[in-house]
This record gives sequence, structure tokens and C-alpha cells, in this order.
Amino acid sequence: MSHTNDTHAAQDGGAIAEIKKVTIILSVLTIVELILGFWMIGMESKALVLGIKGTIVILMMAKAFYIVAYFMHLKHEVKNLIMTIVVPLTLFIWFIVAFLADGNSFRNLRNTYNPYFKEQSTIKVEQPAHGGSHGGGHEAAGAAGAAHTDSAAHKTDSSAKHEDAKHETKNEETKH
Amino acid sequence: MSTTTTASPTEAKLWGGGKSPFSVEYGKVMMWYFLMSDAFTFGAFLISYGTVRFSTNGWPDPNVVFKSFPFAPEGINAPLVFVSVMTFILIVSSVTMVLAVHAGHNMDKKGVVRNMIWTIIGGIAFLSCQAWEWNHLFHEGAWWGRNPFINADGTASSSNFTNFFFTITGFHGFHVFSGVLINIIMLIMTLTNQFEKRGHYNMIEKAGLYWHFVDLVWVFVFTCFYLL
Repeated sequence: MSHTNDTHAAQDGGAIAEIKKVTIILSVLTIVELILGFWMIGMESKALVLGIKGTIVILMMAKAFYIVAYFMHLKHEVKNLIMTIVVPLTLFIWFIVAFLADGNSFRNLRNTYNPYFKEQSTIKVEQPAHGGSHGGGHEAAGAAGAAHTDSAAHKTDSSAKHEDAKHETKNEETKH
Repeated sequence: MSTTTTASPTEAKLWGGGKSPFSVEYGKVMMWYFLMSDAFTFGAFLISYGTVRFSTNGWPDPNVVFKSFPFAPEGINAPLVFVSVMTFILIVSSVTMVLAVHAGHNMDKKGVVRNMIWTIIGGIAFLSCQAWEWNHLFHEGAWWGRNPFINADGTASSSNFTNFFFTITGFHGFHVFSGVLINIIMLIMTLTNQFEKRGHYNMIEKAGLYWHFVDLVWVFVFTCFYLL
């Protein structure tokens, strides 16, 4: 409490400068995210899309860090307080890895052992017109899919489980 | 104050009783713990969304679903534009909130009032944007349980997409709504000199923590639904 008015004023200037700096950083990170998002539209290369998505996630974590550390002031708190908040949040690492891996494994299992699931996800449908009767669009899509079921089933039987083969099946279907 | 944590004699005093070892008031510690629990709630929502998405072969393309803009002609193709506006509204309102907290530190009532008003306006603007987007999607036939958008690869989609979208953005919108209410209460308390009488603006700090958390959650919701 022995602060003089001078040091107090200096701290004020520092705080405002910090707010400005963090605002600029957050804006720049958001703009970069949006540029990456626009760049991804209609992109063919799966690997590049995955790379961009990974970059976006990293930028998202950076934004979260700046909001929590500076706007929520956590960086300037006592270390004990920081630890009681940050350490429990590390549970999220397990949480995300375990659940996403589980989801992925469930998809692989269904694609391997559930022919109906696999078949349904290879049938092309038309985009229903917007507006009009609500909910009707989905049923119409289902009916359109049912018409194609037979040919699609033959295609999926004959074609290998390979990812590329699946794409070829789709292309053939659209030509019919 | 910032140097007290490293030196060991002061550390012993820190835990010696008689003062908060975290050197913040009780209410603020409790706000942090509430926000932590809220983070796990949102985390559970977003991770279940991720899990379902990972377990499905196809998923609608967000750039096809979210391509409209208010007052623009029907059928405009402007992906990401409207959501960028929403994101910047929330970032700016977060900045004005920091400025309000900062003004509170200096016992600057006018500064607190001005910045709180801007923060409330930002919150209401964000809610209006979200209301427009929900209304627009509803009229395109999207709602809980029905999904008019087909998957990006041209296959039939399920209603998982709309269910998660409306649940999670709705839960976030509800947080924004309560944040605006809290901010309005803080503004009234400031205007009626409640904090001047107390001699500190600690309540503004706690409301600020909540408001920043709402912004923080939007960073994740925005990325997960519109970008990935």
C-alpha cells in the first residue's frame, strides 16, 4: 500500500496498453481463422483440409488463452489460484481424446459390420427445396434413397471396402 | 503484490490464516469455480457433438447451411460473413467489459457506466443476430428433430446436425441472455451509487468474469460449428 500516485498511474497506462494489445491479437487471430475458413471452401485435397482444420483448432486455443489470461486476468492472479483452475481443466485432454477416438472406432465398426449403415451413407439424394412443408423434406429424401437401394447394394457388394472405391461407386450412380 | 508468491517467508504467511491465500475475495474464487463447472457442461456438449460427428460417415457442409445475411436477397451465397459479424460483436463487447472493470479499479463511475452500456448493447446486438439466424434456419425447415440440409458428400443426413446446433447455440445464447441481465443489474447498481458506498467495484469484476466466459465459449462454439 506504499504505492505513490506516480506508480499507480504508470500501472494504469500499462493495463490499457495490455487491453489494446490483446484486442488486436484476438482480432488478428479471428481474421486469420476466417481467411482459413474461406480458403477451405470447395477444397479438394483431404489432407490439406485436415491440416487447415488443425491450424484453426490451434488458433482457437490461442484465442482462449488470451481471453482467460488477460481479459479474465488469470495470468496476474496468485499461482495457487491459477493452479486450482488450470489443473482440473487438463481433464479435457483425456475427455476429448477418449471420446473422439470412441466415436471414430464406432464408425469403423459400423462400416465394417453393419452393411445397412454403410449402404445408407453411400446413397446420393437431391437437396430438397427450402421452405414449404416442414419435415417433409427428410421423408422425401428417404423415399428417393429407397428407390436407389437395390443398385447401390450391388455396387457396395462388388466394390472393395477401400475409401476410393466408395467414391467411384457414387460417381457411377450419378451417371445413371 | 505480484512478487509475494515466489518468496518463501511470505508464502508461509499466505497460508497462515487471517487472509485469502489466493489474495482475491471469496466471491471471485467462487465465480471461478462456477465458471469451471460451466466449462465442463459446455465441454460435455461440444465433445458429444464431436463424438457423434466422428461416428457418422457424412455431415452437412456449414458453408452451405450458414450462407445467408440479413436484408440480403434470398439465395445469396455468403458463407461465414454473418457469423464473423457476430464474433466481432462479442469480442468488442468483451473489450468494453474489460474497460469497465478497469474503470472500476480507478473508482471511475462515469467510465464504468459508459462501458457497461456499450457491453449491454453488444450483448443485445449478439442476441438479435442469433434470433435472426435461428428464425431464418427455422423457415428453411431446420429445427430440433428435422434437418433439411443434405450431407456435404450428397448423401441423406440425419437430424443430429440440427439437434446439436440448436441445443448448443441455444445454451450459449441463454448464457448471453443471463449475462446481459447481470450486466443491466450491475449498471443499475452503479447508477444508484451502490459500489461508491461500498468503496469498491468488485461486483463489476465478477460480472466481467462471467461475460468473458460467454465470449470464451463462443470462440469454441463458433469454431466447432461454422469453421470445422
